Amino acid sequence: MAGVLHQILSGLATGGIYASVALALVMVYRATHLLNFAQCEMATFSTYIALTLIQAGWPYWGAFVATVLVSFGIGVALERLLLRRMEHARSLAAVGVTIGLLLIFNALSGWLFGFTVKQFPSPFESSGGGGAVLGGMISTHELGMTAITLVVVAAVYAFFRHTTLGLAMRAAAANPESSRLVGIRVGWTLALGWGLAASLGAIAGMMVAPEVFLDPNMMSGILLYAFAGALLGGIDNPAGAVVGGFAVGVIENLGGAYLVGTDLKLTLALVIITGVLVLRPAGLFGRAVVARV
Amino acid sequence: MSALLEVTDLHAGYGAGEVLHGIALNVQQSGVTALLGANGAGKTTTLRAICGMLARSGVIRLEGERIDAMTTEDIARRGIAHVPDGRGTFLDLTVGENLRLGAYVRRDRSVASDLAHMLDLFPVLRERLRQQAGTLSGGEQQMLAIARALLSRPRLLLLDEPSFGLAPLIVQQLFAILSRVRTESGIGILLVEQNASLALDFADHACILEAGRIALVGAAATIGADEQVRRVYLGY
Repeated sequence: MAGVLHQILSGLATGGIYASVALALVMVYRATHLLNFAQCEMATFSTYIALTLIQAGWPYWGAFVATVLVSFGIGVALERLLLRRMEHARSLAAVGVTIGLLLIFNALSGWLFGFTVKQFPSPFESSGGGGAVLGGMISTHELGMTAITLVVVAAVYAFFRHTTLGLAMRAAAANPESSRLVGIRVGWTLALGWGLAASLGAIAGMMVAPEVFLDPNMMSGILLYAFAGALLGGIDNPAGAVVGGFAVGVIENLGGAYLVGTDLKLTLALVIITGVLVLRPAGLFGRAVVARV
Repeated sequence: MSALLEVTDLHAGYGAGEVLHGIALNVQQSGVTALLGANGAGKTTTLRAICGMLARSGVIRLEGERIDAMTTEDIARRGIAHVPDGRGTFLDLTVGENLRLGAYVRRDRSVASDLAHMLDLFPVLRERLRQQAGTLSGGEQQMLAIARALLSRPRLLLLDEPSFGLAPLIVQQLFAILSRVRTESGIGILLVEQNASLALDFADHACILEAGRIALVGAAATIGADEQVRRVYLGY
């Protein structure tokens, strides 16, 4: 029983990472109807920036904030300079661009920072200390990582729900034409969405790196899990994506421990993706559009 | 009196197909110009061209300032509010959020009092502030669209078939409110309507569009009184 609980808790911790990345994917998808395949490689690149700053002597949280800001800038720049030009192109072309970005960021990480596996510090435990809490159920890093995820998700929710800019971004995603008519600069809200998504990814990268160690391919698998989470919750539903991300984390851990073994964990993600697409394409929380004619 | 909106030699269309072949029209300060004509004559296209929602050429001036090279966002910020064909409601957002978006470009402090005023004009919206806009009836959505447009404190209001699909009683209500807004705020209105008699009663000037060209311009009362014009162009 304790074993199951342990698997669930540690699944929730990893699930938080999937949830953050899933949220980033959904944010971009809602705004531009595009899946950003490069989301995770951008996050890995951001994590390298954080590591470089930390190695240069920056305090952890200073490096954390700087990385989030730089990533935001990278996201905005990519949308403005690159994806903007794909606005009127066929969507397959835009998807091609994000796959290209995936390869570019992956190669750039290796080229600039090296291909060797690196350690990344955790802000929640002293180096090398596998500190455990709740009777050894969960490590302090896992606990801290879950807390950060929840704080970030809550902040994103509050931003979209309670600020005028957040409202404008939701409006622009749902109805760009009407948004222009009320004076919203739709192009900039899209760029902002990319920036926020890149920041979310950066936080996910910095949180997962102490667990899995940092190398250029650190997050390649995570994209698949996050995508499964986003689909499970409904690809255009941010809250659903977060729940889906956590759910996939738990399913993956339980399945890996009791069902299919660790070797086939990734297959579980693919099974979820296929299953959702076949049985319930709108996702578990698929938006029920209420409209009266 | 100088014109609020002055359009000359406006060409516009979709892709290779030109729909407007050089039209001219004016809206006077605090005036109402009705734009009439058969289906497909180019009425909606005219409104969309004024707002920069499609490729256009020609000269468009708002209080003397040229706006024909501006983006839709900038034109909205200059003071043109457009209630488009289909109303342009943000269906997934609440009624309150739709109204907040109307005032999006404003930074002044009187937004709250303007909102209260709108809810007095359109009391049905007050009860539905937290409701998803997609659940409103057609008439309520039209009122929401007009309230949203007015909350930007526009100088010029473009209305695309506000009576479309509404019950006669609701249409009457709607135009009563519009007359009140007109006397209170002194904004100009460019009104596109299928219901010509309704539009001619409300407007002081009228233009009749025929296949992308202006066929007739005049005082609304004169046009409405001319039986031949009514029969040929307006079908009543």
